[in-house]
Amino acid sequence: MKILVLIKQVPESQATRMDEKTGTLIREASSSVINPLDLHALECALLLKESLSESVEVTCLSMGPMVAERVLREALSMGADRGVLLSGREFAGSDTWCTGYALSLAAKKLGKFDLILCGERATDGETGQTGPAIATFLGLPAITFVSSIQRSGRCWQASRMMEDGYETVEVEGPALMCVLKEASVPRLPTLQGKREARGKTIEVLGASDIGASSDDVGLKASPTRVVKIFRPVHIKQCEKLSALDAEGAERAVDRLIELLVEKKLI
Amino acid sequence: MSKGVWILAEQRNGVVLDVSFELLTRGLLLASKLGVPLTAVLFGSGIADKELNRLVERGADRVVFADAPELASFLPEPYTACLCSLVEREDPDIVLAAATTSGRTVMPCAAARLRAGLTADCTSLDIEEDTGLLLQTRPAAGGNIMATIKTPERRPQMATVRPHSERPAPVVPGRTGELIRWRPEPSLLSSRVRRISYKAFDEARTIQDADIVVAVGRGFKRGENVALASKLADVLGGAVGASREAVDRGWAPYSWQVGLSGKTVSPKLYIAIGVSGAVQHLAGMQTSETIVAINNDSEAPIFLYSELGLCGDLFELLPMLTEKLQARKG
Ligand SMILES: Cc1cc2nc3c(=O)[nH]c(=O)nc-3n(C[C@H](O)[C@H](O)[C@H](O)COP(=O)(O)OP(=O)(O)OC[C@H]3O[C@@H](n4cnc5c(N)ncnc54)[C@H](O)[C@@H]3O)c2cc1C
Repeated sequence: MKILVLIKQVPESQATRMDEKTGTLIREASSSVINPLDLHALECALLLKESLSESVEVTCLSMGPMVAERVLREALSMGADRGVLLSGREFAGSDTWCTGYALSLAAKKLGKFDLILCGERATDGETGQTGPAIATFLGLPAITFVSSIQRSGRCWQASRMMEDGYETVEVEGPALMCVLKEASVPRLPTLQGKREARGKTIEVLGASDIGASSDDVGLKASPTRVVKIFRPVHIKQCEKLSALDAEGAERAVDRLIELLVEKKLI
Repeated sequence: MSKGVWILAEQRNGVVLDVSFELLTRGLLLASKLGVPLTAVLFGSGIADKELNRLVERGADRVVFADAPELASFLPEPYTACLCSLVEREDPDIVLAAATTSGRTVMPCAAARLRAGLTADCTSLDIEEDTGLLLQTRPAAGGNIMATIKTPERRPQMATVRPHSERPAPVVPGRTGELIRWRPEPSLLSSRVRRISYKAFDEARTIQDADIVVAVGRGFKRGENVALASKLADVLGGAVGASREAVDRGWAPYSWQVGLSGKTVSPKLYIAIGVSGAVQHLAGMQTSETIVAINNDSEAPIFLYSELGLCGDLFELLPMLTEKLQARKG
C-alpha cells in the first residue's frame, strides 16, 4: 500500500510587517516549520503503516523553495519512507488552483496512491483549498474535515467533524483526506530517526519533470490576484469607565445594566 | 450581458440554514451594484416550495433547487458535479458559498474543475467601480493583515464567505420570484463516498446561535473561575465563549473558541472578560452588534473595539454584575 502525505513549509511565526508605501508584506525573518496540521496528517499515515498487516510506504511531497528540503527531512526523521520536493521558479506566485494542479501532476508522476493525506489548512494561507483541488485534478473524492481515519476491509472509513456533529463516511478505493488536529497526536522525531533521515536523499522534481508549463502554474496562470493588503481598522468609540475602587465598580456595573436595558437585551 | 450573481444556499434535514440568508445579504448588494438578478442554488431532496420560497422572501430573484435523494445531505462528488453542471450551463459571473465544512469542500472542488478563481473565507465583498470585478477581502497572516483579491479573467468569480460575518437578509413579505426544480441526470449523482452515520454534538446551544456571548480569557487565571462566566451567561440566557489562551489551558472546550482558528460569532451582545483583544480573537467577534469589555488593563486593545469598557478586576465586577441582574429578575 502507498500513502502520500502533502506537506507545506510555513513560517513559524505569523509576525508580519507591512511596507506602508508599497503595501507589500515584509515577512519577519523567522524559521520555517512543517505546517502544524500536516504533522497530524503524517502521524495518521505513520499509524496506518504501523497497524496495517500489509506493508505501507509513506511518501511525503512538498512544493516550495529548495530550503523546504529541511521540512521533508524532518518528516523522514519521524518515520516517512520517502521525501519529494517540487521546486522551481516556474511555480512562484501560484494561487491555490495552480498549486493544486502542480501537486497533482507531481503525485501522478510518483505513481498510484491508495490514500493521500494533507492538513485541513495551512497556517499561512489558511485557505484549505489546495487539498480538495488536488483531489479533483486526480479524480479522487475529497474527504474534508477528517477527525479520524480507519481501514475497514477494503474501505477507508473517516469521521468528519462538521458544524453540528460528526459524520462517518466510507469509501472503497483511493481518496484524498484533509485532516484536523483531532485526527492524531504527532510524534516527535527520534534520534535514530534523525540519523537515518540524514542518510536519505530528498528527490527533487522541477516543472519539466512533471510536464507543467507556465500556462498552468505560477503567477501568470493563477486565476486570482492579490490586489491590495492593508491593516484592519475597526476602531469604535469606547465609553471607558474606571472601576478600580468599590464605588467606581458599582457605578460601572450599573451603567452596563443600563446599556443592556437600552438595547433591549434584558 | 452579465449572467448574474449566485449564492449556494445550505439546508439540513430539509430546512434552509441561516447562513443562506447571510449569503443573500451579500448577494443582494453585489447584484444591485451590477444590476443583475440574484439566484439561490440549493441541493437537497424533496423540499417543498414553501421552504424554497423563504429564499425568495429574503432576496433571491430565482431559486434553482437540485432535487434528488442522493443530494439529501452533503456528499462531495454529486454536489460538485451538480454545481459544475449548472455553472457550465448558465455561466454566472459570481458564485458565493458559505465558508462551512460543505462550502469549503464543494467550492474548491468545483473551482478546480472549472478553472475558476476562488477566494477562501472572505469577510468583505464589493464590486470594483470601473471594472465591475468582485473584490474579495479576507484576513491573512493570522489576521494581522487583510488582503483584497480579485479574479481578473476567469469566470465565475468564486468566494466562500465567513459565516456570521454578515446579518441574514430580512424577509420582505409578498416578494416574488421564480422557483426552478431541477432533477439532475444520474451521471451527476454517483458517489464513491457513502455516508454511514451521523452523531450530533451533545451541547444544546452552540455559541454561534446565541444572542449573547460571554467570553472568558486568560484573565480568569484558573479553570474553576470560568464558572463565574457561566453563571452570568445563564442569567442572561447566553452562551460562554473563550479565547485561545483559555482553551489551550484546558479551561474551556475547543468548541467554545472564538477567533481566527475558532468560531466566528456575531451575537447581539458580546461581553469580553479578561480577554485582551488580540487580532486573532477580534477576527471572530468584531461584527457583534454590541461589544462590552471588562479588563483591568486600561490600555487593553479590546477597549478600542468596545462600546462600553469597564476597567477593573473581573473577580469583583463579574459577581456583582451577575448578582444585580439576578436581583432584577427577582
Ligand atoms: C495563527 C493564530 C491563530 C489564533 N487564533 C486565535 C483564536 O481563534 N482565538 C483567540 O482568542 N486567539 C487566537 N490566537 C491567539 C491570540 O493571538 C492571543 O494570544 C489570544 O487571543 C489571547 O487570549 P487572551 O486575551 O485570553 O489572553 P491575554 O492576551 O493574555 O489577555 C488576558 C487579558 O486579561 C486581562 N486580565 C488579567 N487579569 C484580569 C483581572 N483580574 N480582571 C480583568 N482583566 C484581567 C489582562 O489585562 C489581559 O488583557 C491565535 C494566534 C495565532 C498566531
